[in-house]
Amino acid sequence: MTRQLLTIATLSLAILVSAVAVVQAKHKTREMAHELQLERVERDKLSTEWAQLQLEESAWANPDRVAQVARRELSMVQPRNYVVLESQR
Amino acid sequence: MSRRSDNTKLTAPPRWRAHFVLGLFGVFAVVLAARAFDLQVLDQAFLAKEGDKRHLRTVSVPAGRGVIKDRNGEPLALSAPTESVWAVPGAVLEAPEKLALLARQLNMSVADLRKRLENYKSRQFLYLRRQLAPADARAVMAVDAPGIFLQREYKRYYPAGEAAAQIVGMTNIDGRGQEGLELDRDAYLHGEPGSRRVVKDRVGRVVEDLAEFNPPQAGHDLRLTIDSRMQYLAYRHIKSAVIKNDAKGGMVVMLDPATGELRAVASYPSFNPNDRGSIDASGVRARAATDVMEPGSTVKPLLLSQALDSGLYDTDDVIHTKGWFMVGRLTVKDFRNYGDVDFAKILQKSSNVGAAHVGLEMGSENVWKGYKEFGFGDITGSGFPGERFGVLNDFYEWNKVETATASYGYGMAVTAFQLIRAYGAIADDGMLRSLRLVQGDGANMHSPPERVLKPETARTMRHLLEGVVSPAGTATRAAIPGYRVAGKTGTARKAGSGGYNENRHQALFVGMAPAEKPALVTLVMLDEPKKDAYYGGAVAAPVFAAVMRDALRLLRVPPDNPGVLTASAGESSGTGT
Repeated sequence: MTRQLLTIATLSLAILVSAVAVVQAKHKTREMAHELQLERVERDKLSTEWAQLQLEESAWANPDRVAQVARRELSMVQPRNYVVLESQR
Repeated sequence: MSRRSDNTKLTAPPRWRAHFVLGLFGVFAVVLAARAFDLQVLDQAFLAKEGDKRHLRTVSVPAGRGVIKDRNGEPLALSAPTESVWAVPGAVLEAPEKLALLARQLNMSVADLRKRLENYKSRQFLYLRRQLAPADARAVMAVDAPGIFLQREYKRYYPAGEAAAQIVGMTNIDGRGQEGLELDRDAYLHGEPGSRRVVKDRVGRVVEDLAEFNPPQAGHDLRLTIDSRMQYLAYRHIKSAVIKNDAKGGMVVMLDPATGELRAVASYPSFNPNDRGSIDASGVRARAATDVMEPGSTVKPLLLSQALDSGLYDTDDVIHTKGWFMVGRLTVKDFRNYGDVDFAKILQKSSNVGAAHVGLEMGSENVWKGYKEFGFGDITGSGFPGERFGVLNDFYEWNKVETATASYGYGMAVTAFQLIRAYGAIADDGMLRSLRLVQGDGANMHSPPERVLKPETARTMRHLLEGVVSPAGTATRAAIPGYRVAGKTGTARKAGSGGYNENRHQALFVGMAPAEKPALVTLVMLDEPKKDAYYGGAVAAPVFAAVMRDALRLLRVPPDNPGVLTASAGESSGTGT
């Protein structure tokens, strides 16, 4: 009789503990899911930024602009007569 | 409590009260059980749905359109996320105090904004502003007006702008291809947004991912064979040449003969794909693929190399001409009487009489077969949408007159792609290759290269074509200091409704350099140059020289005309390769 009672008590306790564990695990998943979502948002933000940086780069590196800077600001000219030196390496 | 004598005084409560209370409890219990049964069993589906409605959300997972890149990975078309501001008009109007600030952030006048909202009051969805930069969109949301929402949209940017507009094409505002490769490869570039089912908590945080996941299909990137620096170069030169010669239009095509890859396909007029408002239909066509023209004298090297290859002629053979001759009712004329000519001279002076003699000697079938082998009237493999095949009538429809005119490039029509492909075979020691515009994808669908000339014939022809660019030739102005250039001019009258038009011409030059082992083949065409000079040698050749000079330097092709510019450095100075 006592033995039966003991079994029931132990099992009840086990159920209680596992119930709490389930709740905790669920909570943890939700926390982590939230974290994952934040990372996804971050990824999205970064890819937006990446696209904009690429655009910015191609705007700065536009051949028109480069040619203009070279001519006006750096006073560069295209060589008309030049000598090609072959380097021995 | 009184446990004193009055204990007996208290009458015991009537039994019915206890029964009544007990009965009441019983009824409560039954009601509760019934309600529980109702909720848990009868209404379960409905209630679960209601719960899901409050916490389950489907969030879309955006998928961007693929990038179109040039051969070096530089973007030619790129999608960047933007935010579109939309409103529930009724809700916005409920907070009139926010309107002024909202209008300012949207860059509209308050009156305009109010009017639009009033007009569409009954609607639940109204775009206020499409495709704003993310920073501007955040400023709009900072106003914190009710009924204002953002929607993520991708906007397509074209960094190369008008320089590569016809080839790359463009998309419409909803991100689907409209023109060029954007249209042709739309299915490949387009991304299909996916979706995810999530559980959100009260404050809108995602707390659980459900298994239901519809993965986004990201668009694929497309890598072209185009080199954006050369593309830009080609565009800049053809643009200035068209303007300078008051021409109707023009184009430059550059080809790497060793691979069949197109390095630049530029034409003018063009359009700016970043600004939909400015588009003029005439600039949208990719002329190199979709416009056919009479190749004129540029076919002579093809004809003569077939004549050499078959062994019918030798470069030393002399053809007697007297400046003109009759074929049936047709008079074939030269610019001047060149007397006895060999192949070198036919090409150098672009003698129609000489070419017609050779063509008649070969016979209609062989002339036709020669052109056919060079890919006239055939697909080039570029895969460009709307590419034309040109016109090359069957030889059994040819009599002597047609054979003679075909010998100097009249009575047939080719695209610039077909013509440059044929010259590519001369440049690549006789191998005719499929043209390529896109790298990777579908590469194995191209037919293998075909041999159309013996290697030595092709080499001989390149050598003969150097004479065209020599001081005695028709294209002196195609010369590039430091390089040996081989090429041929062409000037075709344009056929109109009433036959050939004496005053409308197309000036052509197709050439390659360095002549010994060409790194590039370039075609230049100017459509209806209106200044006094309209000959290919006068109009198209200088453009060729300008484009090629810069392109060869870009590719770091060492000069092959020693003695002019080359010197051997004893010790390597800082110029290293």
